Amino acid sequence: MTLPVVLPSDPQPTRTYFVISLKDLRKVYRSRGGPVTALDGVSLHVPEGEIYGVLGRSGAGKSTLLRSVNLLERPDSGTVTVGGVELTTLPERRLRRERQRIGMIHQHFALLSSRTVAGNVAFPLEVTGLGRAARARRVAELLELVGLEERAGAYPAQLSGGQKQRVGIARALAGDPAVLLSDEATSALDPETTGSILELLADLNKRLGLTILLITHEMDVVKRICHSAAIMRDGRFTESGRIEQVLARPGSELAAELLRLGPAPSLPGRTIVDVTVSGDQAERPLIAELARRFEVDVRILGGTIEQLAATRAGRLRLVLPGDGAQNAPIVTWLREAGIPTESPVSTESPGNARVPAEPPGGEPAPSELPGDGRIPAEPAADAQVSTDRDDTETKA
Amino acid sequence: MTWEDIWPLLGEGLWETIYMVGISTAITALGGLLIGVLLVLTERGGLLSAWPVNLVLGLIVNVGRSLPFIILLVAVIPFTRAIVGTTIGTEAAIVPLTIGAIPFFARIVETAIREVPRDVVNAAIASGASRRQVVYKVLLREARPGLAAGLTITIIALVGYSAMAGTVGGGGLGDLAIRYGYQRFETEVMVATVVVLVLFVQAVQSLGDLVVRRLSHR
Repeated sequence: MTLPVVLPSDPQPTRTYFVISLKDLRKVYRSRGGPVTALDGVSLHVPEGEIYGVLGRSGAGKSTLLRSVNLLERPDSGTVTVGGVELTTLPERRLRRERQRIGMIHQHFALLSSRTVAGNVAFPLEVTGLGRAARARRVAELLELVGLEERAGAYPAQLSGGQKQRVGIARALAGDPAVLLSDEATSALDPETTGSILELLADLNKRLGLTILLITHEMDVVKRICHSAAIMRDGRFTESGRIEQVLARPGSELAAELLRLGPAPSLPGRTIVDVTVSGDQAERPLIAELARRFEVDVRILGGTIEQLAATRAGRLRLVLPGDGAQNAPIVTWLREAGIPTESPVSTESPGNARVPAEPPGGEPAPSELPGDGRIPAEPAADAQVSTDRDDTETKA
Repeated sequence: MTWEDIWPLLGEGLWETIYMVGISTAITALGGLLIGVLLVLTERGGLLSAWPVNLVLGLIVNVGRSLPFIILLVAVIPFTRAIVGTTIGTEAAIVPLTIGAIPFFARIVETAIREVPRDVVNAAIASGASRRQVVYKVLLREARPGLAAGLTITIIALVGYSAMAGTVGGGGLGDLAIRYGYQRFETEVMVATVVVLVLFVQAVQSLGDLVVRRLSHR
C-alpha cells in the first residue's frame, strides 16, 4: 500500500505540462475607499486535462483572477501563459486569436438576447470569419454536444436557466478551446440544474480532455467535479493542491471544508480526534485496528463520507478514553499510517483534552509532548485551530 | 374659409412637416448614433477609454440640450445660410432641427447602449471579437429595441420643434396653425391642424412600438 505523501505546500511537478500558468499576478484597483488589492502575487499552474476549482467569497479576487487568464482584465504585473503562449506580451491582434482558443462561461450566461440559440453559438465562429456553411455545420455539432439540437431557433428569453448555460457552454466550445474558464457558472441555477451542468462539464473534461478552471463560492462544485482546488482570500491563495494531497494534509482548511463535521462538544477526561481517510485508506477497518492494537474503546461521535470527484473520502470524529497525553501514541500511530489526525475545533475549549499538534514536515515528535496533556506550541499553519489552541493555553 | 380652401393647405402643411421631420430624422439618427456610441466608448474604462474626448463630447451635447430650441433656431441662422444658402424655407429649417435633435438622440443612444450588460460585452471580447465587432455585432444590435424606441421619441420631438421652425419660414403644419389659426383667427384651420398633428404623432408612436416589439426578444 502506498501512503499519500504529506507535503507542506503545493508542489509543482516538473514534467507536467501546464495549460494555464499564472505567475505572480498583482492587481490593485483604485476605489473610493482607497486602493483595493484584488490580486496579491497569485501563481497558479493548471495541468492539461484537469478541473481546477478556486474557492472564495465575493471580493476575494477570484473573479479578477479568472478574467486575467484571457486578459479581460490585465494584471498590473506578472505573466499569463495559456497553451504555451505568453499572453501578457502579445499585441492586440494576436491576443484576440489566442482568446478564441480560451472558452468562457458566465454566471448570468451572457447570451445575446437578439440572437437565437444557433446565432449565439455561431458568434465566435463569425468573429473568426468562418464561412456560412462551415459555421452551420459546427453549430449543429456543438448543439448536439450540449443536447440542445431542438432549441436551435429559440431565443434565450425562451429558455430555462440550465438551457441558457448549455448555450453558453456550446458557445465557449465553438473555437475548439484547450481551456474553459467558468465564472460561477452554476451560481444562478437551482440545485438540480447545477447538478446537470456540472455533469456536463465533467463529461466534456473526460471526453475532450478539456482543461477547466472554475471559480465558485460553492464547496459543492469543488466536491463534485474538481481534481484540484485552491482557497482564495484577500487576493492570494491560502491553500491549494490536488484534492488527494489536500485531504492528506494535516490541518488543511480545504479538507475541513470538503469533509465538514462542525464544532465538537467538550468531553472532560476524554480526547476527541478527527481522522481523515481517503483513497485506499477509506477501505481500511480503522476502528477495529485501533481497538485491537491499543485495546481502547473507540466511540464514533460523528462522521461524513463523500464521494468526491477525485476520490472517496471520509472524516470520522472519534472519542478516545483518557487525556491528550495518554492518547499521544495512538495519534502518532495514526499519523504514521498516513491518516491525518487532529483536534476538532471545539465549542468550549477549556477542559477538553487535546491532541498534540503535528510538528512541521508531517513527522510526529512525541518526545516534545509535555506530560500534563497540554498542547505544545503550534507549528502547523492552520489559523483556525491555532487560535483556538492559544485560547486553551491562556485559559488553562 | 371653406373646407375646400383648408384641405389643400393641410395637405401641403402635412407634406412639409413630413419632409422636414423625415430628413432631420435621417441626419439625426446618423449623428446621434455616432455621438452616442462615442460617449459610451470613450468613457473611463470603456472600449476606447479616452476621457478628454468624452468630456468634450459630453459638454457639446449638454450645451445643445440646454439651449431652448427657439433660441437655437435664431442662433444658427448664419450657419444655416452658409450651408443651405438661405435662412427661409423648409430646407433651411432642417439645419436647426438637426442641430437641436442630435444631442437629444445622442443621450438616448448612450442610455440604450449602456443597457447592454457588461457581461455580454465581456463574453464577446472573450470570444475574440475586435472592438469594431463588439460595437456592430453586440452593442448596436443588442440595443436595437431601445434605439428604435428612442428614435420614435426623437421623431415626435422633431414634429414639435418643426412647428417652431415653421414660424421662421419653415412651413409645415405648425406654421399653418400659427398663420391661419392664430394670426387670422381661423379656428377651423387651427382645430384641423391640431387633429392632423395628433393623428400623425399617434401613427409615428404606433409604428415605433410595432418596430420595438419586432426587435425585442427579451
